[in-house]
Amino acid sequence: MASVQLHPLTPQILLGVAALVVLLFDSVWPQSRNRGALAGIAALGSVAAGGVAAWFLAAGSGQPRTGGAITEFGGQLVVDGTSLFFAVLVASVTVLVVLASYDYVADEPYVAEYFGLVLLAATGMSLMASANSLATAFVALELASLPSYALVAYLKSNRGSVEAGLKYFLVGALSSAVLAYGISLVYAATGSLQFGDVAAALGASTQAGVLGLGVLFVAGGLAFKTASVPFHFWAPEAYEGAPAPISGFLSSASKAAGFVLAFRVFTVAFPLDVVGDLAIDWALLFAVLAVVTMTLGNFAAARQERVKRMLAYSSIGHAGYVLIGLAALGGSADGDLVLGASMMHLLVYGFMNTGAFVFVALAEQWDVGKTFEDYEGLGREAPIACLAMTVFVFSLAGLPVGAGFLSKYVLFMGAVGAGFAWLALIAAVNSALSLYYYSRVVKAMWIEEGDGHGIETRPVGTYAALVVALVATVGLLAAFDPVADAAVRAAGVLLG
Amino acid sequence: MAFELEALLAVTALAAVVVLAAPDEYAERLALLGSLVPLVGSLYLWSGFDGSGNALLADGELAYETTATWIHLGDLYTLNWHVGLDGVSMPLVVLTTFLTSAAILSAWTPIDERQSQFYGLMLFMEASLLGVFVALDFFLWFVFWEFVLVPMYFLIGVWGGPRRRYAAIKFFVYTNVASLVMFVGFVALVFALPVETLDLPTVAQSLRAGELGSLAGVHPSTLKGLAFLAMFAGFAVKVPVVPVHTWLPDAHVEAPTPASVMLAGVLLKMGTYALLRFNFTMLPDVAAEHAELIAAIAVLSVLYGAMLALAQQDLKRIVAYSSISSMGYVLLGLVAFTTYGLGGATFQMVSHGLISGLMFMCVGVIYNTTHTRMVGDLSGIADRMPVTAAVFVAAAFGYMGLPLMSGFAGEFFVFLGAFQSTTLASAPLYTGVAMFGIVVVAGYLLWAMQRALFGPFFSAEDYDVVPAARHDVLPLVVVLLAVVALGVAPELFYDAIQDAVVDLTRGGTAAAVGGALGLLVAVPGGED
Repeated sequence: MASVQLHPLTPQILLGVAALVVLLFDSVWPQSRNRGALAGIAALGSVAAGGVAAWFLAAGSGQPRTGGAITEFGGQLVVDGTSLFFAVLVASVTVLVVLASYDYVADEPYVAEYFGLVLLAATGMSLMASANSLATAFVALELASLPSYALVAYLKSNRGSVEAGLKYFLVGALSSAVLAYGISLVYAATGSLQFGDVAAALGASTQAGVLGLGVLFVAGGLAFKTASVPFHFWAPEAYEGAPAPISGFLSSASKAAGFVLAFRVFTVAFPLDVVGDLAIDWALLFAVLAVVTMTLGNFAAARQERVKRMLAYSSIGHAGYVLIGLAALGGSADGDLVLGASMMHLLVYGFMNTGAFVFVALAEQWDVGKTFEDYEGLGREAPIACLAMTVFVFSLAGLPVGAGFLSKYVLFMGAVGAGFAWLALIAAVNSALSLYYYSRVVKAMWIEEGDGHGIETRPVGTYAALVVALVATVGLLAAFDPVADAAVRAAGVLLG
Repeated sequence: MAFELEALLAVTALAAVVVLAAPDEYAERLALLGSLVPLVGSLYLWSGFDGSGNALLADGELAYETTATWIHLGDLYTLNWHVGLDGVSMPLVVLTTFLTSAAILSAWTPIDERQSQFYGLMLFMEASLLGVFVALDFFLWFVFWEFVLVPMYFLIGVWGGPRRRYAAIKFFVYTNVASLVMFVGFVALVFALPVETLDLPTVAQSLRAGELGSLAGVHPSTLKGLAFLAMFAGFAVKVPVVPVHTWLPDAHVEAPTPASVMLAGVLLKMGTYALLRFNFTMLPDVAAEHAELIAAIAVLSVLYGAMLALAQQDLKRIVAYSSISSMGYVLLGLVAFTTYGLGGATFQMVSHGLISGLMFMCVGVIYNTTHTRMVGDLSGIADRMPVTAAVFVAAAFGYMGLPLMSGFAGEFFVFLGAFQSTTLASAPLYTGVAMFGIVVVAGYLLWAMQRALFGPFFSAEDYDVVPAARHDVLPLVVVLLAVVALGVAPELFYDAIQDAVVDLTRGGTAAAVGGALGLLVAVPGGED
């Protein structure tokens, strides 16, 4: 019986092919406004990509039990537990974004371009999870970034959107340059780009200063992608100005892709036990960045009056929590748990944060306004959507209405286990205080009496996205085992 | 395994969902019906209770225990679904279901908008409170522990008084910060132990066996001290003890009466229950080391809470501050660390839950009719509302510790245990000073009753003061009957409680223990 063996990179290929099909559709029927067909192709492609990645992950492809990581293209790309985990994440977020965009772009021109760009960016993000050399990492990162710039500026008659796009592009271009320069310095010091070879050449390197600068610049370039301090200041503007589904896409999937690249670069190419001998202690750097990022994000979020901007700053705060995964590797203990917990948190964050931005997209379609006050009394008019939003923000705050509770506390627990109780304590206090601003949304929706918003429509795609994100956020609370297990095992492989 | 506790939790949560989805006009009846199912269920569990020993210690059998793996964290740690009942948790489960039904009935009159949401949240809160008392794995327990905040936030925020927004967010953030500090403290302990699970019995036994190692270079004894401090601080906020009590008066005064009933009756007990389970069961040596300080905090809570109550004009504030005072007795019983002390503390949790709930319900019924709670605005209510006033008086005497009421039994056990304490060097001093708190309690309750209930009728608000409706009086009478029943026959719960706490002290005064009533006679000539 003939059997077909799927290519290990099938998830990424499916996303890329879906992008091309969307563009093909557009060239056959130019200026088509058939958003049903276009969103359908995009949704189908991302569902298939996510499904295949989940299947591979469950079946053990690229993981120790089936013989370890699979490398492709001469070791330029790798498929292992980590890459599959993040392929699932990116594809899931893409599904939500596509569903929510179906209604959001109804009155906009260039529908095909929109979905094409989303899929291309998703392909890039998914490839970032598989990048195994600094060259492919850079290419994948650019593939993710360039469509994102255009998507942020998609509402081209909206000044905020255009300004955000330009700002995002300029800061992005600068940080790409920083990253590329860092890569060149690493290459100068080690003579190779592939992560494994870089690590092998580190010990023999005589240019610790050049290498150290390279590591610092690479960290800077990735800090941009993950919206971490000090390269975070594009994020509030970009997230606020962009179409809300794209804000969710960037703050969830793009951030996760930046993080997985950071995880792989720093654990595989610059393992701490080797670069530590060269006095390059990146764990300390990330510990400082984690504290500053989470504190700054949280305190800035608490001062916002507009919901979308609050979510943008809170997204910076969450980047701070995830950075703990890298910071805590500097401890004496095994880092599997804490790094795995960072991965779990990114996955759960993908659902709850995208869900929250989808709700904002819904509010924008209803034209209810931007501030907390504008949301007053929404709970009576749209109970299901508001229930979903309540679950998202409470889960973001770390209350056990959703899986955000589990991922966040496993993360804090991992930090304590790695000997970073002080970091866990700072994060925990930050998290507790975040309840203040997250609950403002809930208060506005349910506790305050509104004047009524005259809501008549129930956009089907946006509601579908909300319900999917809701089911995932709540469902993972009970069925967290596969996620947690896969993440910790994947982290274990990265740390060797 | 028959999954009795799972069924109890599931039925309660299901009732919550049904009520939440029901139209407002049926919500109150459905909610009462929905709360009776877990009540009957918990009574059934009580009748068939065959547990022995303490849930966290090795000797003895848990009742209705189930264990299943919930989450694997790679090969490193497992988080379990582990539930079961012992003599400490069983009475609290019964208290929760009983008081929820009473609170729901007491809400029929005051809650007149968004009923289905109100009752749905009450039932969700019941389910998570039950979860807190039955869960025996740390993470599972922590899920329920934190979930309790969500319905309470809404109950205060939506249906509360004029400053409800402030009170709700203060309650939310204050108690959440405390929980997180506690979380870090506990988890640090687990990582320094040779265990691969957060299962509470496993952790407790490992700690008591002295297996604690160092974590990240911190010496075990330092680690123990820090973890104890973190957990104590976290739970102290929940109890609350002075000086971290400031969220309580705000929350209580602004909360609608049925939510106050649950807050005083059950939510505060989460704090003392957790102190018993964590601090005093897992780290008794550290508790003994700091016993004097903790006892001082307990006595301070008793006296300061009572003094604050004495200074109030608002009946609800009086009851709220007096709760701080009463919870001080519980802490004193715990820190005494004798069988009577621990058992009395647990009994006092149940007793105070019933009595404070009853007091809040009485105040609520009076307020529903008179529209004021100020002592100076009321006089002679007893003429117009005889049954309510009578129950109020009875409950107040229960609070003061009148014999044949549960308050007497609880406080008696606590004082007895505290006197016998060998952990506390100056136990008689603390006990004596704490007993003085009862005098102050009597002072403010008698003063308030005398002014509000008796004398010629007068009300500052112009409302027609008539006897309360039958469904308002019914929960008052039923809860009062329970208070009396536990006062007459404390062994209903105390035997099981004593069986569960006696091993904690490893011998201690266990030898002196007979039946609860027998002990009242036996003690004067007793062991010491």
